[in-house]
Amino acid sequence: MRPDDLAALSPLLILAGAAVAVLLAAAVFRSHRLAVALTLAGLAAAFASLSIAWPHAPRPVTTLLAIDHFALFYMGLILAAAFTVVLFSHDYLATTCLPTEGVGQTSGPRREEYYVLMLLAVVGSAVLVASVHFASFFLGLELLSVSLYALVAYRREGRLGIEAGVKYLILGGAASAFLLFGMALVYAALGSLDFSGLARGFARGDGEGLLPLAGIGLMVVGIGFKLSLVPFHGWAPDVYQGAPAPVTAFVATVSKGAVFALLLRFFSMLQPPRHGALATVVALVAVASMFAGNWLALLQTNVKRLLAYSSIAHMGYLLVALLASGPWAPTAVTGYLTAYIVTILGAFGVVSVLSTRSRDADGVEDYRGLAWRRPWLAGVFTAMLLSLAGIPLTVGFIGKFYVLAAGVNSDLWLLVVMLAVNSAIGLFYYLRLIAVLYRPPSEAAAGAVASLSLPLGSAALLTLTLALIILGVYPAPLITAIQACLP
Amino acid sequence: MTLAYLILLFVVSGLLAAVVGRRFATGPRWVALAACIAAAGLALKFLSPSSGTAWLAELDVPWVPALGIRFHLALDGLSLLLLLLTAILGLMAVAASWNAISERPGFYYLNLLLALAGISGVFLAMDLFLFYFFWELMLIPMFFLIALWGHENRQRAAIKFFIFTQLGGLLMLLAILGLYVAHGRSTGEYTFDYPRLLGTVLAPGTALWLLLGFAAAFFVKLPAVPFHTWLPDAHTEAPTGGSVILAGLLLKTGAYGLIRFALPLFPGAAAQVAPAAMVLGTIGILYGAMLAFAQTDLKRLVAYTSVSHLGFVLLGIFAWNTLALQGAVMQMICHGLSTGALFMLVGALDERLHTRDMRRLGGLQAVVPRLAAMATMLALASLGLPGLGNFVGEFLVLLGAFRVNATLTTVATLGFVLATVYALWMIARTFHGPAREARKLADLTGRELAVLLATTAALLYLGLFPQRVLDLAAPGLDRAQHAIAVEVSHAP
Repeated sequence: MRPDDLAALSPLLILAGAAVAVLLAAAVFRSHRLAVALTLAGLAAAFASLSIAWPHAPRPVTTLLAIDHFALFYMGLILAAAFTVVLFSHDYLATTCLPTEGVGQTSGPRREEYYVLMLLAVVGSAVLVASVHFASFFLGLELLSVSLYALVAYRREGRLGIEAGVKYLILGGAASAFLLFGMALVYAALGSLDFSGLARGFARGDGEGLLPLAGIGLMVVGIGFKLSLVPFHGWAPDVYQGAPAPVTAFVATVSKGAVFALLLRFFSMLQPPRHGALATVVALVAVASMFAGNWLALLQTNVKRLLAYSSIAHMGYLLVALLASGPWAPTAVTGYLTAYIVTILGAFGVVSVLSTRSRDADGVEDYRGLAWRRPWLAGVFTAMLLSLAGIPLTVGFIGKFYVLAAGVNSDLWLLVVMLAVNSAIGLFYYLRLIAVLYRPPSEAAAGAVASLSLPLGSAALLTLTLALIILGVYPAPLITAIQACLP
Repeated sequence: MTLAYLILLFVVSGLLAAVVGRRFATGPRWVALAACIAAAGLALKFLSPSSGTAWLAELDVPWVPALGIRFHLALDGLSLLLLLLTAILGLMAVAASWNAISERPGFYYLNLLLALAGISGVFLAMDLFLFYFFWELMLIPMFFLIALWGHENRQRAAIKFFIFTQLGGLLMLLAILGLYVAHGRSTGEYTFDYPRLLGTVLAPGTALWLLLGFAAAFFVKLPAVPFHTWLPDAHTEAPTGGSVILAGLLLKTGAYGLIRFALPLFPGAAAQVAPAAMVLGTIGILYGAMLAFAQTDLKRLVAYTSVSHLGFVLLGIFAWNTLALQGAVMQMICHGLSTGALFMLVGALDERLHTRDMRRLGGLQAVVPRLAAMATMLALASLGLPGLGNFVGEFLVLLGAFRVNATLTTVATLGFVLATVYALWMIARTFHGPAREARKLADLTGRELAVLLATTAALLYLGLFPQRVLDLAAPGLDRAQHAIAVEVSHAP
C-alpha cells in the first residue's frame, strides 16, 4: 500500500479513527456532549478529507475498493446525511434518554455508544459505495447492518423498539445469508468475485444457465431486503415505527442510499441486457413496490409507518431510473437519491424534534393543528411532504422529473406511466397529512406546552429546508456536480 | 424583465401580506389590493398598438443549461388579455374576501397572491418545463385556499381537485418529455423551448399519444366532460375568493394551453382528434346546462354553468378557424368576468343568509333590491343576451364551428335555450315568488356594488365593441394557426 492509496482512503481511515476515538473517550469520560462533538468532528474531518482523496481518484485501492469520483460523491452525500442525523440524535437523546435519578453510574443514560455504532454504520456505508468486489460488498453491508441492529433497538424501555430490533436482526440475518449464497453460486459459475471480472464473464456469455441465474436471484432477495422492495418489504413499517426517529432517518437515507449506490455501480458495470431475466424481474419488483407502497400507505394512521410505505414506493421509482439504460440513468438515480435523502431527513427530523420523552411523535393526532402551535415546524414539514410528492419548487420535483426523463429517454413508457399514476395516488396521503397540520388543534394539544428548544435539530431542519428549496428552484449546480462525478 | 417583475410582484407582495398579517389583521387585504392594481398597471403598459408578429415583451435566460431548460417568458396579445383578466379577477377575489376572511388573513392572501403568480406564469411561459413548473405551482395555493377556508366538505373537495389536476399534469409532463426526447433525437438539440419545438417531425402515432398527454391536463382543467367531476365539488366548497379564481382563471389555463401548445405542436394529430373533441364540447354544453338546472345549491348551479360555457370554448378551439378561435378567446374572458361576479354574488348572499339552498330562498327582490338587480344583469350576461360580451363569444364560436360541422353546431345551439332556462329559473327561485322565510338583510355595500357595476360595464363594453379585443388577440391566434398551416402544407 503506497502513500497515494492511503490518501485516497483517508475518508474511510478518519471515520474508523473517529469511531475508536469516541469509544475510548466514552470509556474514560462519560459525556454526551463530548461524544457528539467528537462524532461531528470526525464526520466533518472525513468530509474535508474528500478533497485530499479527490486528486487521486479514480484509483483502485487493492482489488476490493475503487476510490473514484462516483464513490467520493456518494461518500460526501453519506457523510452530510450522517452529520444531520447526529444533529437530530443529540436533541433526541437529550430529550428522551434522561439520566435516572438515584441510580449508579453503571446504569446511566448510556447515550455515548449510540455514536460509536452510528460511526461504524457510516464506515460500512462508505465501504459499500466504494466496493468493486463481493468481499468488500459483504463486509461493508455487514458492518452497516450489525451496527443498525443495535441502533434500531436502542430504546430498550419500549416494546416496539425491542420488536423492531429483533425483527430487523432475524430478517436481516436471513437476507445476508441469501446474499452470501447467491454470491457463492455466481462465483461458482463465473469464477470471479470482483465486478469487472464478473462483467467480462457475463459479456462472454458465462452468465447463461441455471447456476448464475439462481445466484443472481438470491442476491436480488438480499438486496431487495436492504432496500425494502416488495415482496421483501415486510420489516420496513415495523422497524421504521419501532426505531428511534433519528435511527429511522439513518436507515431510510444512509443505509438505503449506500446499497443503492452499490447497485447502480453493479448495474452499470454489468450492463444486463434490456429484456433479459434480470431486467424483467427488476421491472416487476419496481411496479409491485410502487403500487404496494402507495396503496398500503393510504391505510396508515401512524406517520412513521406511512413514511415507511412511502419509502417503499420511492425505492420503486428509483428502480425505474436504474432500468433506464443510457447516459441519463446514473445521473437520474443519483439526483433522485440526493433529493430523497434531503427530503426524508427533513421529514424524520420533524418527527424527531417533536418527540417527547415518553414516545416518538408518530400518531397523526400529534400533528393536528401543528400550523397553529408551531408554524415554522409545520411549514418545514409541509415542504418535506410536498417534496416527497414531487411538487415543483422542491428538490423532490427535480428528482422525479429526472427519473421520468431518463425513463422516457429509454422508451420505458409502461413504467413511467405507472410512476405517474402512482405519484398521483401518493399525493392523496401526503395531502391528507398536510391538511391535518392545518386543522384547528384539539383541546388537549392546544394546552400542551411546547417542548424545550432544540438548537441543533432546528438548525439542521432550517438547512435542509433551504437546500430543498434552493436545489428545487436552481438545480443547475447540483446537476453539474453529479455529471462531473459520474463516469 | 417586466414580465419577471410581474410574477415577482405577486410573490413578494404575498410574502409581505403574510408578514403584515402577523401584526395587523386588516393589513394583508390592502397589500393584496395594491398588488393587483399594480399588476393591472404593469399589464396595461403593454396595451399599445402591437407591431406585427413579434412578441410585445420577452425574457429569455438559461436556467438549467445541462438539460436545455430556459427561463423563457414572452407576451403577445393573447397572453396580455389573459394577464389583464388575471389582475382584474385578482381584484374581484380580494374584494370578495374583504370581510369574509377573518381566520389567518395573512396566510390566506399569501395563497391568493401565489396562485395569481402561478397563473400569470402559465400565461407567459414559453419553455415547456417552465410552463409545467407554473402549471403545478398554481395548484398548491389553490389547494390551501379550498382546504383551509372552504365550506363543510372542503378537505375532500380540495384533495379531489388536486389529484385530478395532478394526474392530468403528470401525463402532460410525460408528453413534454416525449416531445423533448423526440426533438433531441431528430435534431440533436435537446431543448424545452416552445418556438424551437414547433414543427418537430413526429411519427403520426407518436404525435397522437403526445397530444393525448397534453390533452389530459387541459381537458381536466377546462374541464371537458367526462373529466369535470372535480369541478362542482371544488367550486362549491371553495371560499368565494377561491371560486372566483378557480372559475375565472384556472379553467382558462386549460383553454390557453390548448390554443398555445397542444394544437400548434401536434397539428396533424389535432386534426385527427378534432371531431371527437368537438363532440365532447357539445356534450359539455348540453350536459352542463342540464345539470345546472337540476341543482338546488346556488353555488353548485353556477359551477355547472361553467362546464356548459367552457364547452363552447372547447368547440371553438377544435373548430380551429379564425372566427371560432376569436369566439373562444372572447368567451374565455367574458365567462371569467361574469362567472366571477356571479360567484361573488352567491358569496354575498351566503354571507348574509348562511344558506345557498334555493329551496329556502325566494322573494329576495323586495329585501335586497340592488343585489337582485345585479344578479339579474349577470344572469342575463351568462345566458348570452346580445349586447353583452358572452353573446359575442358564443355567437362567434357557433359561426366558426358551423363551417366545420353543421350538425354538431346546430345541436350546440340548443345550449342557448338551456342557458336561458337555468339562468331565469335561478333568478325566479331566488329573488321572486313568495318569501319562504321572513328576513331582514343588508343590501350590497358600496364596495361590492362598485366591483359588480365595473364588471357589468366591462361586459357591456366587450359586447358592444368587441373588435378591440379581437384585434389584440389576432396576432397570437394567427401565429398559432400559421404554425399549423406550415406543417400541413409540408405534409406529404
